[in-house]
Amino acid sequence: MAQVNALGLQTRDLACARGGKTLFAGLNLSVVPGQSLHLQGDNGSGKTSLLRLLCGLSEPAAGELLWDGAPMALVRETYLREMLYLGHALALKEGLSALENLHFAAALMDQAWSIDAATAALRQMGLREREHLPLQVLSQGQKRRVALARLCLSPARLWLLDEPFVALDSAACTVLQGLMQAHVAQGGMVVFTSHQAVELSGGDNRSLRLGAP
Amino acid sequence: MNALWSLLRRDVLLALRRPSEVLTVVFFFVVVAALFPLAVGPERTTLRMLAPGVLWVGALLASLLALNRLFEADHRDGTLEQMLLSGTPLTLLVVAKIAAHWVLCGLPLVLLVPLLGVLFDLSGDALGVLALSLLIGTPVLSCLGAIGAALTLGLRGGGVLLALLVLPLFVPVLVFGAGAVEALAAGLGSGAHLSVLMALLLLSGLFSPWACAQALRIALE
Repeated sequence: MAQVNALGLQTRDLACARGGKTLFAGLNLSVVPGQSLHLQGDNGSGKTSLLRLLCGLSEPAAGELLWDGAPMALVRETYLREMLYLGHALALKEGLSALENLHFAAALMDQAWSIDAATAALRQMGLREREHLPLQVLSQGQKRRVALARLCLSPARLWLLDEPFVALDSAACTVLQGLMQAHVAQGGMVVFTSHQAVELSGGDNRSLRLGAP
Repeated sequence: MNALWSLLRRDVLLALRRPSEVLTVVFFFVVVAALFPLAVGPERTTLRMLAPGVLWVGALLASLLALNRLFEADHRDGTLEQMLLSGTPLTLLVVAKIAAHWVLCGLPLVLLVPLLGVLFDLSGDALGVLALSLLIGTPVLSCLGAIGAALTLGLRGGGVLLALLVLPLFVPVLVFGAGAVEALAAGLGSGAHLSVLMALLLLSGLFSPWACAQALRIALE
C-alpha cells in the first residue's frame, strides 16, 4: 500500500467559515503515509467542518488542498477512489441487511465485492450471525459496527472518520483501534475526530487541537 | 455503470420491502379514476370525453405524492454524501434515482390505465394512445419533479413548495398528453402530440439530472 514519494494529504492556509463566523484560518496540516491525526477541540470548534473540507463535501473559504503534492482540483477523481469518509450519518438503510448495505456501499464506490470478505469483516466487527438481519433490528452500536466494517473492505489509503468511537462498547473500540493501527502500519493514513483519549501504538500518531487560543 | 444499477436495484428492493409508499400512489390513482364515473353519471359520451383528462390529472397528482421523498431518505441517513464522494458523477447517479422513481410510481400507473379506461367506455384505439401518452409522459413528470425535490430538500414544509414549483412545469405535459387522445377522437391523429411529448422527454431527460445534481450539491454544502 505504501508508495514511494507519496506525500499524502496537505492543506495550505486553509480557512473555514460557518454562518459568517471564521472557525479557523491559516491552517497548514500534513498527513503522510504511515501517519494518523487525531483532531481534538471543543464542540463547535470546527472538527466536523474540517473533515468535510478534507473529503471535499464543502469548499474552503480560503486556501487549498493537495493530494500527493497535486492541487485537489486536478486529482479529485483519484482522490475520491483513495479516500473513505465516514460521517455522523452512517449511510445505512434500515430495510437492508448488513451484507446488502455493504454490497451497495462497495458498488457505489466501484469496489470489488466478495461475500466471503464481507462476512469476515462483519465477524471481525463482532456481528457473527447477524449478517442477514435487517438493520432496523440492530442496536445503534451494532449499526455503527456495520458501517465500520467498510474500513476492512475498502482499498482506500486515507480514512476520514468523524467520531468513530461514538456508541461503541469497549470491545468494539479495541477492534477499531486495532484496525486503525494496522492501517497506519501498512502505510495508510487516518484522520479522525474523537472526544475520548485514543491511544494508538506504533506508527506516527499526532494530534491537533482546533480552536486553541 | 455498476453503481447506477445497484442504486436502482436498491431503491426498488427497499420499496418492495416497505410497499406502503408505492401502494399509496397506486391506490390514489385507482380511487380517483373509479370515483369519477360514479360522480358524473353513466352518460357514455360525457365519460369518453372526460376520460383522458381525468386519467392524466390523476396520474399527475399521484406521481406528485411520492416526489418529496425522492431524495429525503438518502439525505437524512448520509447516503447522499457517499453518493457525492463515490467517484461516479452525481448526475449519473441522479439518473438512477429518477429511473427508480419512475419504475415504482410511474410504470404501475401506465399498466393500470387499460383497466381503468374501461370504466370510461374508451375504445381500444383510444386506450392504446392514452397508455402510450402516459408511457412517454410519466418519465417527464419524474424528471421535472426530481428537480423540485432536489431544490426543496431539507426544507420544512417542502411538500407545498415542491407542488408550487413543479405544477407549472407539468402543465405542457398534461396538455399534450391528454390532447393526444382528444386529437385521435377528433380524427386528427395523435402523432403530433406524441412527438411533442417525446421531445419533452428528451429535453427533460437531458437537462433534469444535471439540474438535480447542482441542487443537491447546494443542499449538502
